[in-house]
Amino acid sequence: MAQAKPKKPGAVEKKLISVADAVITAADRSKDPTLSIPVRSLANVSFNAKRGIIEMGKRKQARTFFNVGMAKKFMQTVLVADALSELQRADLTTSLREIYYRTKHTMKGSSENTFDGQNESDPLIEDLEVSLAALREELHVRAENAGSIVGPVVFGDDGDRVDCARLGKGGYSVPSIVEPDFIEIRRCTADFVLLVEKGTQWNRLSEDKFWRRYNCVLLTGNGQPPRGVRRLARRLHEEYKIPVYVLVDNDPWGYYIYSVVKQGSINLAFESERMAIPKAKFIGLSSADPDAYGLPRNVGIKLNDKDIGRAKELLKYRWFDKKPWQEEIKRMLASGLKYELDALANKDFRYLTKTYLPRKLKERDWLD
Amino acid sequence: MIVGGGLVSKREMATALAKPPTSEPKVAVSAAEMGARQRDISVSEFFTKNRHLLGFDSPRKALLTCIKEAVDNALDAAEEAGILPDVVVTLEVAPSNGDAPPPASQATRFRVTVIDNGPGIVRQQIPPIFAKLLYGSKFHRLRMSRGQQGIGISAAGMYAQLTTGKPVQIISRTSARAAAHYFEVQIDTKKNEPRIFESKKIDWDHQRGTQVTLEIEGRYQKGRASVDEFLEQVAIANPHVKLVYHTPEGETREYPRTIDELPPQPREIKPHPYGIEFGILLRMLHDTRGHSLSGFLAGDFSRVSSTVAQEICGTAKLSPNARPRNIHGTDAEALYKAIQATKIMAPPSNCISPIGEKAILHGLYKQIKGEFYTAVTRPPSVYRGNPFIIEAGLAYGKGPDQAAAAPEAPAAPLAEGEQAEEDNELARVIRYANRVPLLYQQSACATFKAALETAWRNYGVAQSRGALPAGPMVVFVHMASVWVPFTSESKEAIADYDEIRKEIKLAMQECGRRLGVFLRRRERAKSEFRRRNIFELYIEEVVEACARLKGGKLPKEKLKAQLEKIAMKRTGGERTDAILGRDRGPEGLPHSIIVTSEGPEGEAPALPGAEPSAVAPPEEPRQEPEKPAPRRGKAKGKAKGKAKGKAKSKARPSRPTKKAKRKLKASKRSKRKR
Repeated sequence: MAQAKPKKPGAVEKKLISVADAVITAADRSKDPTLSIPVRSLANVSFNAKRGIIEMGKRKQARTFFNVGMAKKFMQTVLVADALSELQRADLTTSLREIYYRTKHTMKGSSENTFDGQNESDPLIEDLEVSLAALREELHVRAENAGSIVGPVVFGDDGDRVDCARLGKGGYSVPSIVEPDFIEIRRCTADFVLLVEKGTQWNRLSEDKFWRRYNCVLLTGNGQPPRGVRRLARRLHEEYKIPVYVLVDNDPWGYYIYSVVKQGSINLAFESERMAIPKAKFIGLSSADPDAYGLPRNVGIKLNDKDIGRAKELLKYRWFDKKPWQEEIKRMLASGLKYELDALANKDFRYLTKTYLPRKLKERDWLD
Repeated sequence: MIVGGGLVSKREMATALAKPPTSEPKVAVSAAEMGARQRDISVSEFFTKNRHLLGFDSPRKALLTCIKEAVDNALDAAEEAGILPDVVVTLEVAPSNGDAPPPASQATRFRVTVIDNGPGIVRQQIPPIFAKLLYGSKFHRLRMSRGQQGIGISAAGMYAQLTTGKPVQIISRTSARAAAHYFEVQIDTKKNEPRIFESKKIDWDHQRGTQVTLEIEGRYQKGRASVDEFLEQVAIANPHVKLVYHTPEGETREYPRTIDELPPQPREIKPHPYGIEFGILLRMLHDTRGHSLSGFLAGDFSRVSSTVAQEICGTAKLSPNARPRNIHGTDAEALYKAIQATKIMAPPSNCISPIGEKAILHGLYKQIKGEFYTAVTRPPSVYRGNPFIIEAGLAYGKGPDQAAAAPEAPAAPLAEGEQAEEDNELARVIRYANRVPLLYQQSACATFKAALETAWRNYGVAQSRGALPAGPMVVFVHMASVWVPFTSESKEAIADYDEIRKEIKLAMQECGRRLGVFLRRRERAKSEFRRRNIFELYIEEVVEACARLKGGKLPKEKLKAQLEKIAMKRTGGERTDAILGRDRGPEGLPHSIIVTSEGPEGEAPALPGAEPSAVAPPEEPRQEPEKPAPRRGKAKGKAKGKAKGKAKSKARPSRPTKKAKRKLKASKRSKRKR
């Protein structure tokens, strides 16, 4: 990853330097230095029904230096901007955690640290992404390689040819940054992409060579799919015009994962444009499946208060406003149970591969 | 009969014994034989076997109990005689068989000597007071005093007799003109009568007072519930007492008097009808001197007027002219119910003498280092017909010297997950009943329960669920009553009556509110200070980061100066100083003292120079001219000249005031005994 080659050297760096300029200009005019940062909350996103994605609103929040509540954050933001520009100059990529360590030190003449934990620096990187309109990838910050892919697709990665049909059951580890500059998709002959929430179920499908029989790409993000996985799914969908199906647990978090893949997330609404796959389909596990596939009640898990609260929130999201979705979520609430994908093993170890998915695909039984 | 196991309940045993002796004739005892074994148990014998009931369960506690009983008696006697008490407590390791005495922490035998300047005891009363259980002046009257039953000092004597075999030694003198009497006495445990070993007139260098010496088995240990703690707490609740304590380690601790004023004399009252139990009513009916029922009711109870008496008789359907002695059985029950059903005014509260807010404040300020003190005396209230008053006090903080020293400690930069070390010590509750510190069985005490139930978090003090509040805090609670309901005879915990707990909570809440005001005010000053500080810190960081972002091409000093100028303007220079300033004082906080590094504010007493380690008295007491009370002026005067103050306090015992002398005569016969 060390050979990142930004197309326009200095463009992102200039954006970062503008943070310092804001401070200097304000100081010259004896004004309180201020950064305006778009608000990243449910209140400042809107669902564009026409495009099928979540878009960021125009509300911005002023982060001023001479305000006791914000002073530390302001100082930290400037420090993070400094660290990011250092990355640009050195042409390196790094992790969120390394940024945290790079910017952490004890302030002169005190025992106070600039940062007490990574949870303080992470949101600031997102703040800078949003306010400078620079993607995290452009800022050279990568996440863990948290995804895997297997199937009839060939990549070019650092000049190496990666044929995902010849990588055994382990597949190819999806890098965090999959922009065309970094990863090239040389060929893809699959009919569809199956994005699986859980690594365990992805392993089951990979082991059973499901992708070979149904000619598809198997992709997983081990839980909430990271940006690399989402972006790769989007590129396959866009560049090869193949549909994307999402297979998740039947619980509110599964629904949300699907909605993030489809419409984008609230937190990173500004990236929906590049990440969201509005045509993605929800293939399962649906709250109607236990009945349809004869899953016994005893493999369900009782919804806890948190689950119920989250489900009720989902009911109010505009992108879950469609009738089938309202029914889907209400059915789950009515049953009071959630089901894991793994519960299918109750019928047979290979029930998912042999019966469940084939029937789903045949019946085109999915939600949009 | 006793199949499968040796455990048999009392009842089973009783039924077993009651059965005709057919199955096991060996165990059977005839009624005649049993009758032959049945005889009187003397109180003294009972307590010899059950000494834990009186607080003599462990050697350590026994030592404390002996000192406590002797000090209680000394203070009660002096106060009742109107004398400002001077008490000297000496605790020594007793020599054993001519060997060198072991160090105090190892010793098992101690000699306790308590000398007071009280009225003294007339000669013939000395033996029964010190060597007869349940003999005394305090049990039969409803009057607030430290002792209640007339057990304490003689039980201590009995404990001495039991553990060392040494008699109690007493010296007492009633005035400079009278001779001092020396006695050595013990209890005849079978008869509960004194046995006199020695009785003579001696020369004594005190003009008036009593000295008691006990030699007992005990253990001297410092810390919680120790003799040291007890005496310190006595000094807190009794600022009118001058207390000198010679420790067994040869140290001398002086607790000076900070208030030259005796607490008002509590008055004796008659029982209130609501507080009387049925059996007691029967006894009173029998013993009364009244000739008619209405006369008995009006004469033998407080708050029963003849109208109320008539009303009670009417409700009970009894003739007001009936002879009290002839009322028993159902009539008495009807009378008892009628009393409960009749509305009767609460008992008078002038029989109780609270310590008073000022005195508590002075006591706390004198003994406990802190930054904030406050005290509350609640209005009188009633439980079971007994009037009582709850007082609470609070000392918070570590004292200005310690608080100032803390931040200077070099702090290592913190790693992730580490937090600045915080003191998680819990608050200490110091409990008093009629001015006597209670040291044992804290968790059984109503005061402790009330402290747990008070929502301290509302006042800015941390408190985990079901625990005492956390922080450098001492909570003081005093219950004054004609009859304090203890959970046991050893008087260690106040019984948990709803009325009492409610009052304690109300008092604590008031203290808490004032503490909250103080804490919030201090927090505001701190945050204002921090505000300025953080900008200074952060400007440095921001300037450095900007310079790096700009590739080093930045006039750093200029930017820094510009930002600092804005910071100064933003934090509003003078206004901040006003908030930071300490000129605010305890305004709006009644009966409170705030101590800052510049000295105390509020009603702080001037400390006589006896305690150099304590908070130094302010150079110029700010509020001196505002203090109107002449007595306070005197106290101030005393504080100004150390030598003068000492001379005065030395002179006091030998020159009692006229008033005191008059009272002295009146109380010469008073029996000092619980």
